[in-house]
Amino acid sequence: MPLLKNNVLVPDTWINVEAEGALPETGDVIVPFARLLKEWGELSKRNTRLGLRLSNTDKPEALSAFLPGLSLIVLPFPAFNDGRAYSIARSLREMGYAHELRATGNVLPDQLQFMLQVGFDAFEIGKRFPLETWAKASRQMSLAYQRGLFRRGAEAEIWTERHTDAEPWLEQPHAG
Amino acid sequence: MYRYDEFDHQFVRERTNQFRNQTERRLSGALTEDEFRPLRLMNGLYLQLHAYMLRVAIPYGTLSGRQMRQLAHIAEKWDKGYGHFTTRQNIQYNWVKLEDAPDILDALAEVEMHAIQTSGNCIRNVTTDHWAGAAADEIADPRPVGELLRQWSSLHPEFSFLPRKFKIAVTGAPHDRAAVKVHDIGLRLHKSDAGETGWEVIVGGGLGRTPMVGVTVRDFLPQHELTGYLEAIMRVYNLYGRRDNKYKARIKILVHEIGAEKFKSEVEAEYARRPHPTTEVEERELARIAAYFAPPAFEKLPRWSASFEEAKLGSPDFARWAKNNLGPHRADGYAIVNISLKPEGGIPGDATAGQMRVMADLAERYGNDELRVSHAQNIVLPHVRKDDLFAVWQALVKAGLAAANYGLAGDIIACPGLDYCALATARSIPVAQSISRKFADSKKQDEIGKLKINISGCINACGHHHVGHIGILGLDKKGEEFYQITLGGSSAENASIGTILGPGFAGHEVADAIETILDTYLKHRQDGEEFLATYRRLGARPFKEALYATA
Repeated sequence: MPLLKNNVLVPDTWINVEAEGALPETGDVIVPFARLLKEWGELSKRNTRLGLRLSNTDKPEALSAFLPGLSLIVLPFPAFNDGRAYSIARSLREMGYAHELRATGNVLPDQLQFMLQVGFDAFEIGKRFPLETWAKASRQMSLAYQRGLFRRGAEAEIWTERHTDAEPWLEQPHAG
Repeated sequence: MYRYDEFDHQFVRERTNQFRNQTERRLSGALTEDEFRPLRLMNGLYLQLHAYMLRVAIPYGTLSGRQMRQLAHIAEKWDKGYGHFTTRQNIQYNWVKLEDAPDILDALAEVEMHAIQTSGNCIRNVTTDHWAGAAADEIADPRPVGELLRQWSSLHPEFSFLPRKFKIAVTGAPHDRAAVKVHDIGLRLHKSDAGETGWEVIVGGGLGRTPMVGVTVRDFLPQHELTGYLEAIMRVYNLYGRRDNKYKARIKILVHEIGAEKFKSEVEAEYARRPHPTTEVEERELARIAAYFAPPAFEKLPRWSASFEEAKLGSPDFARWAKNNLGPHRADGYAIVNISLKPEGGIPGDATAGQMRVMADLAERYGNDELRVSHAQNIVLPHVRKDDLFAVWQALVKAGLAAANYGLAGDIIACPGLDYCALATARSIPVAQSISRKFADSKKQDEIGKLKINISGCINACGHHHVGHIGILGLDKKGEEFYQITLGGSSAENASIGTILGPGFAGHEVADAIETILDTYLKHRQDGEEFLATYRRLGARPFKEALYATA
């Protein structure tokens, strides 16, 4: 499955592992949450990166203890209109998770910008739409009213923009 | 009134362009109908029985003359010359072509309007008291908060694919004209003894298949915490609201199933857990918005207007209209004019392009350039000098807009029903028309007094029949339309859900049944008692006996 990151396709080097069965000797693995809970001790000793596959009924706050040990979290969209993963993603970012957050399942260009705004930065996109459709979809809106979204320098926050210079004594002098 | 700044303009323009692109992709076949549906719905475009329907947002029901004129222009250019004002303070065009929709959205953007989130499983247009800013009993104008929430909820990335649609209503007055207890979230302003104001947050009310009165989760939330707290509620709902059954997906079911206390503690935990940036920006934004809603400079006028009193003496028709259709204004010498869109035998909420222009003219000439759409599908001119009322009335008479039945039996709320709607199981409009004809006699209507009759054409309850003093629900029984009658509902501060009276009636029997109910009321009422009070005192029994005794 091609993986979209920063508007380019990159190879996916991660190995998906099921709830049961042996772990591969080497390589970065993605495990389901139940296995992470059961085998945390062993998993955290591996010399490779660790990824987690979350279901959208898992509670994000249950992850807080594990977050520092994770390099990838995969969240599913069983259908594009099942919006739970948006809240989970934003929660994880608010909890300080800073590594890859990947959307999988029914991921479509018309939802891409929303996904970026709540903190997703990698997308399993299939082959249906050309790359330029995705690139265009990522910057449909240049503004957002909401504050505290996870942005990569893309959209301006309207409320913040409106009020940054509302009080002159808060202005910082420019160097040079 | 609120005016867009450069950011608001750009936001709506970009959104309109995005939808134009999506529509082109649909017309070219690049998008399937299944993929296009949620996109068009988030822009207010439905596919109905005969054509596309476009629902345009009228945020918190407030319009300028210029905006009303543009609505008239759209009705003429892209529809059949009329529009339908809805129970959520919006307007719907029932005969729109898909390829025209982007042009209509452009025309709306020209006058600072849009159709964003008038459908879909997202936060819908925020509604409020249609007398906001004018009502004599108001603590503060709720529209600044309405505008703040409009902005906050617009294309909210986290809450655009909720389990189900989400409706927020706001009121700034103790007498609740915004039905806040039967919304997903209702906000009600309170003033403490120390003179501070705060918001009561009510969650989990709603109508539809499972009518419920909401529960209070916060008694007195400071204004600047509103968006943060609402995000916590929305997140709990988005994560834990049911998605397995469309009919159990509203937040009221979640609140009901896990219980009010548990729901409240989940929200408080979420609110406490999230990072809290300072709310200085929200406070400044609210202050910026509030400045647009500063009350107009009312003239210093005597409370008593000689010309108004004289005109009433000279014209009994005007006197009757003035008695029924005016509301008490906070400023001396002014009145709130309620224009009934319920002429005898008419379609509740419909207005022609010509009528829209007349109302726009009147607003500009006599009404501080403001109009409101009420959730009872009427239009309000909130600030009219008593000295001008006679002239306003004369213009309304000429335009067929002077029905003197505001708040009376003829002021019926009805959904579009099976004449338009793809979900309906029965027609609503003909039933409304037959009742309205039955009570055409103005003396009888006046004698009956304040009454809310609500008609829905299916159990989704868009006509809010559960909270009508008399509610009528149209159903389908083996291919025949029949109508169930409920009594005792209310959407006001003493909200209640009506009770089903007994077996239903055929369409042609409904008006007679309503007459029997009201005759029973007139027989039993005590001095000055309105219908709802009599029903609450006596219960259903006398009405049942009268209605089913001879059946």
